[in-house]
Amino acid sequence: MKKLLTTASLLVASMVPAYAEGTKIGVITTLSGPAGYLGEQIRDGLTLGLQATGAAFELVVEDDGRDPNTGVQVADRMLNEEGIKLLTGIVFSNVSGAVVPEALDAGAIYVSPNAAPSGLAGAKCNPNYFVVSWQNDSLHEASGAAAKKLGYTTAVALAPNYQAGKDAIEGFKREFGGEVTEIYTGVEQSDFAGEMAQIRDKAPQVVFQFHPGGQGIAFLKQYQQSGLLGSIPMVLSEPSYDGVILKAVGPAAVGVTGTTHWNADFDNEASKAMVAAWAAAFPETPLTTYAQQAYDTGLLIGGALNKAGGEDVAALQAAIKAADFTSTRGHFAFGANQHPIQDWYMTEIVADEAGNPKIVTKEKIREAVGDVYAADCKM
Amino acid sequence: MKRENIILLVVFVLLALVPFAAEFTGQSSWTKLVGQALIYGMAAASLNFILGYGGMISFGHAAFFGVGGYVVGIMYHHFDAGTAFLGFIPGTDQMLITLPAAVLVAGLAAAVVGALSLRTGGVQFIMITLAFAQMFFFLFISLKTYGGEDGIMVRRTNALPGLDMKDKATLYWVVLGFAAAYYLFLRRLVQSSFGQIIAGIRQNERRMAAMGISTYRYKLYAFILSGMGAGLSGALMVNFLRFASPDMMHWSKSGELMVMVILGGVGTLAGPFIGAGALFTLESMLARYTEHWMLPVGILLLIVVMTSKGGLMALIRKLTGGAK
Amino acid sequence: MILLFEQLLNGLQYGVTLFLLAAGLTLIFGIMGVINLAHGALYMVGAFAASWVAIQTGSFWGGLLAGLVASAIAGIVVELGVMRRLYARDHLDQVLATFALILIFNQSTVLIFGRQPLFTSVPEIFSGSVQILPGLPYPTYRLFVIAVGLAVAVGLYFLINKTRVGMLVRAGATNRQMVRALGVNIQGLYTAVFALGALLAGLAGVMASPIVSVQVGMGDEIILATFVVVVIGGVGSVKGAFVAGIVLGMFDTMLRAFLPATLQQVMPGPEAQALGVGLSSMGIYLMMALVLLVRPRGLFAARG
Repeated sequence: MKKLLTTASLLVASMVPAYAEGTKIGVITTLSGPAGYLGEQIRDGLTLGLQATGAAFELVVEDDGRDPNTGVQVADRMLNEEGIKLLTGIVFSNVSGAVVPEALDAGAIYVSPNAAPSGLAGAKCNPNYFVVSWQNDSLHEASGAAAKKLGYTTAVALAPNYQAGKDAIEGFKREFGGEVTEIYTGVEQSDFAGEMAQIRDKAPQVVFQFHPGGQGIAFLKQYQQSGLLGSIPMVLSEPSYDGVILKAVGPAAVGVTGTTHWNADFDNEASKAMVAAWAAAFPETPLTTYAQQAYDTGLLIGGALNKAGGEDVAALQAAIKAADFTSTRGHFAFGANQHPIQDWYMTEIVADEAGNPKIVTKEKIREAVGDVYAADCKM
Repeated sequence: MKRENIILLVVFVLLALVPFAAEFTGQSSWTKLVGQALIYGMAAASLNFILGYGGMISFGHAAFFGVGGYVVGIMYHHFDAGTAFLGFIPGTDQMLITLPAAVLVAGLAAAVVGALSLRTGGVQFIMITLAFAQMFFFLFISLKTYGGEDGIMVRRTNALPGLDMKDKATLYWVVLGFAAAYYLFLRRLVQSSFGQIIAGIRQNERRMAAMGISTYRYKLYAFILSGMGAGLSGALMVNFLRFASPDMMHWSKSGELMVMVILGGVGTLAGPFIGAGALFTLESMLARYTEHWMLPVGILLLIVVMTSKGGLMALIRKLTGGAK
Repeated sequence: MILLFEQLLNGLQYGVTLFLLAAGLTLIFGIMGVINLAHGALYMVGAFAASWVAIQTGSFWGGLLAGLVASAIAGIVVELGVMRRLYARDHLDQVLATFALILIFNQSTVLIFGRQPLFTSVPEIFSGSVQILPGLPYPTYRLFVIAVGLAVAVGLYFLINKTRVGMLVRAGATNRQMVRALGVNIQGLYTAVFALGALLAGLAGVMASPIVSVQVGMGDEIILATFVVVVIGGVGSVKGAFVAGIVLGMFDTMLRAFLPATLQQVMPGPEAQALGVGLSSMGIYLMMALVLLVRPRGLFAARG
């Protein structure tokens, strides 16, 4: 019923051009419910990325409703019935925790454009499992590093009371090194007035919060309404200030510091080509890092398909492992656990001419870092 | 042989042939689909025992489903890590141990919840069972050791001596066996004197009390039995999907089980299975064609409830001229 | 001390929101005997209509009006089209039908507005904050929400206790058959009560829209807490909904604010935080269970 309660939109068929002759790629992603826009971003980014490589492909897109059961069901059909050997698309780590083992057992390859649960990054890593986005911890380590670099020593860190939220605060603390007060919020909480009062009471030098999607929108709005925005600086990791969130909160985000592995103002050819392609295809929709990760995934898969074809899984695996593509984020390589080694940047959210928030890249804060789990991976 | 038994046998044989049919037609995912529907059918049937026969509208049944599932998940977790639960109960991957354990623990949980909830009635009973289920949900979400929100991966299905549980068809037949046994168990239960008393309490609790029957105690027994059934199906589900997560006990899962019961036919033996199968198949089929699948599902549900009393079973009875 | 006071205000604001939702739900429950799971969908309708109009016109007040009208109309349509046929049916059928309505409402909202959350800002005159105590600035808009909630409570009190319609409503909540037997236009009364309930839910949605994220499914999250309020307060009792709403709002906010830190002081380790948050999420359900064990019909049950 959670699946039922959530909702869906736009027909897949109308969005994804069919390339009848190409290799089938299974895309299991979350298209329904409040988080549905994330799946939309991933699906569209992936399509554009694959198109950019000129590879022959056919996407088979299906909604998982953020429900592991549905995800497994869909994966089973794709793997065993349609004979698909290459899967991607999952947004949430609880879904990928259920689906990825299913795919690996069937001898298929899974390339993650987003979710990267730590359980699959360490001792349980697998040659057929790739992550193009980032490992959860490194995402928030970057925010810790940014807060440290800005010279802060006391912080309040807030995140929802589930695994990813706890990872976020752990990651932040690891690089920050200062004194951190941890506040966990409710999993479905949307009013943060109580937390605002606690922040005011603690009066830290900086606030770090991790609330993706709708929660992030509510948090930023309320941070501004409570008058904290001007008085206590905030540092965010990229899922908490994606383009959709910024569009929804408006001026309430201006002045906030962010950390990211990619930003729309990056000065490289691949990134510029993607920004242009996105603007042409979806002029109304902001381009987020979710779409960028999926675009990179598309470039990686498309390139590998061009090189190895879609029939021989071993050859395809080798081609993907080589990571022979020009990433929109600049430097990109796979670590020992086939998770990315990449650079992290500090960004600032400023107001553009119309007063709307805009993300501007400031400086590189971490260079060529992987994640802490890679050491446990023996392949 | 009675006509009802013949129909049952035919249905059982047809269901047993599903893996072959799926293989033959190239639609191999049907094995998994039907298997999941059977397990949900068991869970819905266990709910139907208190809801349809006993008149106790529990809105927290998914809690026992989830508890049963987590027993399997937690035992596998400790088996995998080589540690012990609470420091002295070692983990295991043997189905002959995990399933009874799941049934037992779910029964205990149902005993506690039931003992407290059954002191109320009507809409208050609906809400208090929901409240307890929510408590279980939030409890399991905060258990970091067992994956919290993300749940537990059960990398290998529990072992059953002499069977290759990795084989999808084998696993399916095991599930089918349990579903069939559970169906027969419920049939016996409903016809037993215990079942008659439960039905009597639903029809007129005061009269039963006046006959000197401790209605509270009987309702509690029924509630516990029902919780055990849900625990069994939850344990099977985790084995089938190789994954346990707090989603299993989300309040919306309780609602989904209720929808299956109502859709199929309240207070009928086959109804919950038919309801589960219909809802599950409908969802999967529609989701394959459109992301808007929830709209047709919603409209269909609305039409079913507005135009018919007694769900799909009533419809089937009407079509087959009164046969069960 | 200041922190405690601020948290009490936050609790009060959450409490009046719960009251706005629960008042309509408890009336519908008490008078028509219908379990309306789709009440949260009306909250969502109010929030979406208000946000959309506010974005188009730039006026919060225009949005407010639109939200109220839209939710009331949605309520009337639901009552005439669906609910009317369900009054005589048992609770189970009502649960299934209103569950189907949730699906239909959510899906239609996606079709109309898309998946991306809508953005509205606080109206200009309430955009700042007020120094209510030295060192405690409090957002004016939240004070406005509290004021609106309290005003509605007073208005409902007069409507129910001092008017003829109110008399019928009270009578209906106490003994449905009797009112019907007296020859009152019960159909009209039902529609009116349902529309009023929908309007109040819509108002709650409108008031929440500048604060929370306006997105599909927002009603499903708050409806459970609303049901808890209705049951604790006593089905059919607006007074009960008010008392339970305020108490529950404060209780929930206080638990969230102080329980994790308190637990951390008595037990070591990082698990204390997680446990504290888990326990505070359970708090309102625990409270409901306790209340029902002592008073199985809630605090102010209308029907004997």
